[in-house]
Amino acid sequence: MATYKETFAKLDRAALIPFFVIGDPDYATSLEIVKTAIDAGADVLELGIAFSDPIADGVTIQKADIRALKAGMTVKQALQFIKEVTDYKPVPIGLLIYYNLVYQYGHDKFFADFKAAGGSSVLVADLSIDDADEIAGPAANAGLETVFMVTPNTADDRAKLIAEKTTGFIYTVSLLGITGARETLSKKVGPLVAKLKSMTDVPVCVGFGISTPEHAKEVAAAGADGVIIGSKVVKMIEDNLGDTEKIKSEVHSFISSVRAVL
Amino acid sequence: MENKGRYGEFGGFYVPEVLIPALEQIEHAFYKFKDDPQFVAELDNLYKNYAGRPTPLYFARRFSEHVGFNVYVKREDLLHGGAHKVNNTLGQALLAKYMGKTKIIAETGAGQHGLATAMTGALFGLETKIFMGVVDIERQSVNVHKMKLCGAEVISVQGGTGTLKDAINDALRYWTSHVDDTVYIFGSVCGPHPYPTIVKHFQTPIGVEARAQSLEILGKLPDVITACVGGGSNSIGLFSAFVDDKDVRIVGVEPGGRGLATREHAATLVAGKVGVFHGAKSYLLQDEEGQVYETESISAGLDYPAVGPEHCMLKDSGRVEYVAVGDEDVLDAFELFTKTEGIIPALESTHALAYLVSQKGKLPAETNVIINLSGRGDKDVGIVEKNRPVE
Ligand SMILES: Cc1ncc(COP(=O)(O)O)c(C=O)c1O
Repeated sequence: MATYKETFAKLDRAALIPFFVIGDPDYATSLEIVKTAIDAGADVLELGIAFSDPIADGVTIQKADIRALKAGMTVKQALQFIKEVTDYKPVPIGLLIYYNLVYQYGHDKFFADFKAAGGSSVLVADLSIDDADEIAGPAANAGLETVFMVTPNTADDRAKLIAEKTTGFIYTVSLLGITGARETLSKKVGPLVAKLKSMTDVPVCVGFGISTPEHAKEVAAAGADGVIIGSKVVKMIEDNLGDTEKIKSEVHSFISSVRAVL
Repeated sequence: MENKGRYGEFGGFYVPEVLIPALEQIEHAFYKFKDDPQFVAELDNLYKNYAGRPTPLYFARRFSEHVGFNVYVKREDLLHGGAHKVNNTLGQALLAKYMGKTKIIAETGAGQHGLATAMTGALFGLETKIFMGVVDIERQSVNVHKMKLCGAEVISVQGGTGTLKDAINDALRYWTSHVDDTVYIFGSVCGPHPYPTIVKHFQTPIGVEARAQSLEILGKLPDVITACVGGGSNSIGLFSAFVDDKDVRIVGVEPGGRGLATREHAATLVAGKVGVFHGAKSYLLQDEEGQVYETESISAGLDYPAVGPEHCMLKDSGRVEYVAVGDEDVLDAFELFTKTEGIIPALESTHALAYLVSQKGKLPAETNVIINLSGRGDKDVGIVEKNRPVE
């Protein structure tokens, strides 16, 4: 599997990175939706493993976590899911996970199994750069890249430290807060992306609140290497539960429309 | 952060990056002001004249006769608001004021920490929001009303089982998007650093007073001290003054709910295994994959799947014994204590009383025990009535 740097370098535009919770609303439907997103032009996938207490997520993704858990999703099944996705098409997969799930699975084994399933990188939602060493070794040993977040309120010296320790891409957010679709984006995105790009040569991706093709275009124009879209597509699942075809067609047309403007 | 907030392997600050600057700010303010003479004088004055410190150490004669050894009760139930929680909220709200913040938020289970935060919010003129699970709102409706009377907004949390852990989830989420002007006043010695350290600091008067009172009343230290453990703040407040007194036996009492053989309990230290949750590494009630359990206890204030990191360290070192008592034993002890002493204890604190009842015949008659009565039980009368109707 190519590194993110190579993957992003091959594109002459910002990468399109949709986010889904694995197994939402159930394993089989979720797999169809993710394949649809790939067919519609996703360059990279960000996939989350459902957790009982997702403190970094807004209400849309919380509900997705609950749906997946109710449908019986487990960490082991999530790894199987990733394998099925990468067998379908070898897109890079970034994982979003809460730390306790890694902790209970066992660090070395978790990263090794995720790598074996075809995964590329890991972002642990509740692990800051201060404790990055708890995963850096096992992730590197498994041949995985790490993704860390920088937010608009991150101090410059911290942002530098994060940039130094990140091997995959930097995930920066367009606004303070948790995940969730928003009407408008913060004016801070442009300067933040520019600042980060001056600190590192790993790709810089932007997420949180991106919910229209215009937002995506704006973020790309601000210099982002990738655009992460989560709540907007997850909401399409929530709004059309029971109608898989409708979910797929909405996800397909939305992702294609974003892809068209990048 | 200046300090990693570790208690042995436990503690730390496992939070999304966006919260780091806010935690750093609070940590910085805490170390800057905690020994500042003006801050200390202001807080001491509030402890004395607003909250009602020092609280008495009371010899419970009739209850002692019943259990067969000497029981001294640290009367935190007499504090303003009816629980030890005000020790902490006065300290943290004063800190917020010194930091120049205008808004505070808090989570609450039993409503005691929410009420204590609402009171101090009113006292300092801070805009106050309290996050509370729907189930808890229903079972602690009196406290909800009191919080509103103090001018706080009570936000009903629907997620999960609608209890304390869900309230913390939503309070953390809210804080994430309002870190600029809002301080999160955490209710117990858990959560991310610096909260375990800060909350402990503001609860230490319990133990410092109790130790001095014991020396004064008994002429010596007690043989045993005990307190209930939810997140662990009232217990750490008592225990910390005695940890170095090697001859004092220390017992923490956890909620055994409907029994440890069921999943319907919240005895984290007794039955949990190490994990990472709500910003800290601690013992945790969870399934094999790490999904966190919904807990169960007759006392809303103990209904929580994690526990303060320092308790985890004290358990592993063997310095403190942790035991669990079930709902039925708690109700028995509630009736007994009320009938023998005319004091209605909070169901949380009653767990420690129930432990003492279980020691009847096991401890020698000359044993002197201090139990921390962390709160009064007015808020629980409805729940007790439902479970044990009075003829
Ligand atoms: C009276 C009382 N005691 C104890 C507790 C449990 O908290 P902690 O273990 O932090 O003292 C509560 C929590 O609401 C309470 O209201």
